[in-house]
Amino acid sequence: MSAFIQEHGLLFGWLTVIGQILLFTIVLLLSLAFLLLMDRKVWAAVMMRKGPNVVGPFGLLQSFADFGKFLLKEIIIPAGANKTVFILAPILSLTLAFAAWAVIPVAPGWVVSDLNVGVLYLFAVSSLGVYGIIMGGWASNSKYPFLGSLRSAAQMVSYEVSIGFIIITVILLVGSMNLTNIVANQDGGFWTWHVFSFNHILLFPVMLTMFVMFFISALAETNRPPFDLPEAESELVAGYQVEYSSTPYLLFMIGEYLNIVLMCAMMTILFLGGWHGPIPFGEDFVANFPLWLVNLGHLAWFMGKVVFFFFLFALVKAVVPRYRYDQLMRLGWKIFLPTSLAAVLIVSGYVVYMGVQA
Amino acid sequence: MELIAFYILAAIVTVSAVCVIAAKNPVHSVLWLILTFFTSAGLMVLIGAEFLAMLLVVVYVGAVAVLFLFVVMMLDVDFVELKQGFLSYLPFGALMGIAFIAEIALATFARGTAANSFNPYPGAENNAEAIGQVMYTDYLLLFQMSGLILLVAMIGAIVLTLRHRPHVKRQSVAHQTARRRKDAIRRIDVKSGEGL
Repeated sequence: MSAFIQEHGLLFGWLTVIGQILLFTIVLLLSLAFLLLMDRKVWAAVMMRKGPNVVGPFGLLQSFADFGKFLLKEIIIPAGANKTVFILAPILSLTLAFAAWAVIPVAPGWVVSDLNVGVLYLFAVSSLGVYGIIMGGWASNSKYPFLGSLRSAAQMVSYEVSIGFIIITVILLVGSMNLTNIVANQDGGFWTWHVFSFNHILLFPVMLTMFVMFFISALAETNRPPFDLPEAESELVAGYQVEYSSTPYLLFMIGEYLNIVLMCAMMTILFLGGWHGPIPFGEDFVANFPLWLVNLGHLAWFMGKVVFFFFLFALVKAVVPRYRYDQLMRLGWKIFLPTSLAAVLIVSGYVVYMGVQA
Repeated sequence: MELIAFYILAAIVTVSAVCVIAAKNPVHSVLWLILTFFTSAGLMVLIGAEFLAMLLVVVYVGAVAVLFLFVVMMLDVDFVELKQGFLSYLPFGALMGIAFIAEIALATFARGTAANSFNPYPGAENNAEAIGQVMYTDYLLLFQMSGLILLVAMIGAIVLTLRHRPHVKRQSVAHQTARRRKDAIRRIDVKSGEGL
């Protein structure tokens, strides 16, 4: 970014960056509106219901109607609540959810900030997400939200560990923490994607396991069913957000879903080749096309994969029953942690002895 | 540009660090502490140590401070009692503060200006590589030793707190999944009017 600013002057550089951020925000929010609807529609389809179908054709405008409803309702702050922290929590939640998107490359060169430590940044920001939940639960000064936030803190901290190790296996294979480099490492068709990694055939079972574990950890990290114990409605009413209403609740919900989409994007980038199509042909065919058109094609692949993962998230929500809390902890600490540690060992051994990195 | 950013970040660090001790509510203190950590990570990015900055956020903000917050939230603290011993502890606190400032000043003046003392490792492409060179090549043995000491400390902590209570029912997952239909279900013909 700084090189870009030096080239084009300070003012223009900053304006471009702000424009990029605005574009990302708007596109994300708009697509989120329809992803939310998709979540509900998939859930409904599994239960053989119709789902939201009244507002607009096929219920397409349902999310916008909900948005209006949330904005127009009264904000209720409980009398015993810690006001500042109570209001701060959802804002923090949403800000962090957006901040993580700064390093996500959606097409070649289409990224707000191409950080060298991109993966670490993502990991850092997603590990901060837990604060919104803890603060919200504590500031409500009520028992159920507090229990929900404690559960959520323990759960997110435990599953971060295995997510970290899984990310390390990918970093070892690529030899870089830059997300663009990670995607570039998978440009040779679907057999070079890290989930299959047929070009390192010995690692195929390891990386496939890592991918499945990342998916499950992502479910736990975003408090999605079957790991939605922080908001288990049969035990805790609605978890950390019981006392929230109106816009603060909306912020929490948008933040939560943004994190889910972020996890989908992370899986796409780390394991499924990012913006690359499954078969690398047509490079010569598009050579004369304008760059933005080619990039739009890449963007379509990226979004397609993200939506596919979101579909899986929605499907899991509908078909899998909720875990018990001790089982959740057992899965995280006794199964995922040793397995991912072993995988780090295997992959690093492979990388050293086969000389994978340049 | 960088200077402005530095002064903004430094001001936030100082104010939030003061607030850590000044805040009446311990949970607020921890929240201020988190802000301090986070902003210091920003300062580290400014001097070009982006890897360290990310590690600071991941380890301290993402894990350590969460556990802090966890513990402090569950404590039932009496604020009035907490404030009582303040005056008697003040001299010691002030003494420690003065010692800290003196040490930092000494280190700064001994090394020259701060900007020169943070030169990246010569020959390394980036931050992560420089740290890797120092930790895994130059001082590998010391690094491994400290790791071993930490492992021993961890096992020690587990041994100290591990307690097997006798009559607790635990779930054995292997046992559960190995269970078949014939182990669990029995078909019985019950004569009417007699029951089991």
